[in-house]
Amino acid sequence: MSWGFLCDLLSGVNKYSTGVGRIWVAIVFMFRLLVYVAAAENIWKYEHDEFECNIKQPGCENVCFDYFFPVSHIRLWALQLIMVSSPSLLVVFHVAYRQNREKHHNQKLYRNPGEIDGGLLCTYLISLILKTGFEIVFLVLFYKLYNGFKIPHLLKCDIRPCPNTVDCYISKPTEKMIFLYFLVATSCLCIILNLSELSYLICKYSQKCYLNRYMKKQQ
Amino acid sequence: MDWGALRDYLGGVNKHSTSVGKVWLTVLFIFRIMILVVAAEKVWGDEQKDFVCNTLQPGCRNVCYDHFFPISHIRLWALQLIFVSTPALLVAMHVAYRRQEKNQQFGNGEKIDIEELEDEKVHIRGPLWWTYTSSIFFRLIFEAVFMYVFYYMYDGYQMPRLLKCNAWPCPNVVDCFVSRPTEKTTFTIFMLAVSGICMMLNLAELCYLVIKICMKEPRKTT
Repeated sequence: MSWGFLCDLLSGVNKYSTGVGRIWVAIVFMFRLLVYVAAAENIWKYEHDEFECNIKQPGCENVCFDYFFPVSHIRLWALQLIMVSSPSLLVVFHVAYRQNREKHHNQKLYRNPGEIDGGLLCTYLISLILKTGFEIVFLVLFYKLYNGFKIPHLLKCDIRPCPNTVDCYISKPTEKMIFLYFLVATSCLCIILNLSELSYLICKYSQKCYLNRYMKKQQ
Repeated sequence: MDWGALRDYLGGVNKHSTSVGKVWLTVLFIFRIMILVVAAEKVWGDEQKDFVCNTLQPGCRNVCYDHFFPISHIRLWALQLIFVSTPALLVAMHVAYRRQEKNQQFGNGEKIDIEELEDEKVHIRGPLWWTYTSSIFFRLIFEAVFMYVFYYMYDGYQMPRLLKCNAWPCPNVVDCFVSRPTEKTTFTIFMLAVSGICMMLNLAELCYLVIKICMKEPRKTT
């Protein structure tokens, strides 16, 4: 079980997405998943071992690391990727439900089970809202947990058993900050894409509705 | 999910590339991605652990390492490969869009063989020519930008053996020693050379496409 599972899930969703949705999938693959696996994971690999405090008191380093990094950036990043990709499952399930229904009744109930209309449109819109919501929640979480998106070189720690205020040094703070900014930029880009797709779908189907009503009135 | 997924994506693009494009893809996979994964990652694997400074002051090593290597070579290469591969996705998306349009034509009752549709090589002309040419142009820009970033960040392409550091909390100017500098310099120059080859291939492909379209235009007018 690894990121390949998420890959397969997103490839499955690709078939039922709009053009903007496909761009979103490509961005999540290339600029988020691949960057995470190929580059970011290794930066945070030895973060605890390389976290160094200017003290010989046993336990002080552990306690300070735990205080400053309740949840590591890289784990939050992984959680964000999983949560942001999951709402797409709703669409896949709905299409599968439609296809099962057709099989069960042994007749064509829908023009195309994968076409975004009716109930599937609602599901798709809900999935877009959830994706955007999760992105924003995680960005706010990152911001609140780490006081912004900066990673300092030096942290001052005075938690027991550290005997006084001790200087602690994070490893590779600049590299971590660069990748953190990259994460924020791609998140924001994905939020913009989701919002555009949401507006596009709402406009398209409002127009359709309005035209249908107008045609009925004419008749 | 790893570089294999990228290979699957780009493998699809291979069918619709020119011959030079196919050579470029081969060079990218074998001489860049594979070398990165199989060799370069191991050379840089222990880079901070074996970065040794001539001081016992805690924190000095961390701070000096961060000062001299704001972003590691290996991460820069990974980003470069991702950015350079991305424009090819534009071509893949455009081809998929064209196929979808043809599928819809089939759906409207015109007789098009489905198997023919899937195996058909999409010719690079019309709007696809513009997409393809833009993708090559962006590839060139990304390659050049990353090569410049490397040069600017590391003052050239050579990895020094010894670095002098006096960032706080180091008590004075401290000698710091990089691990495996010669091996790292060798790989840096290798990756630089292959980047250069890829840039030349992209330029050649760009020229080929431009000449091809120019030669077609006079034939149309005569």
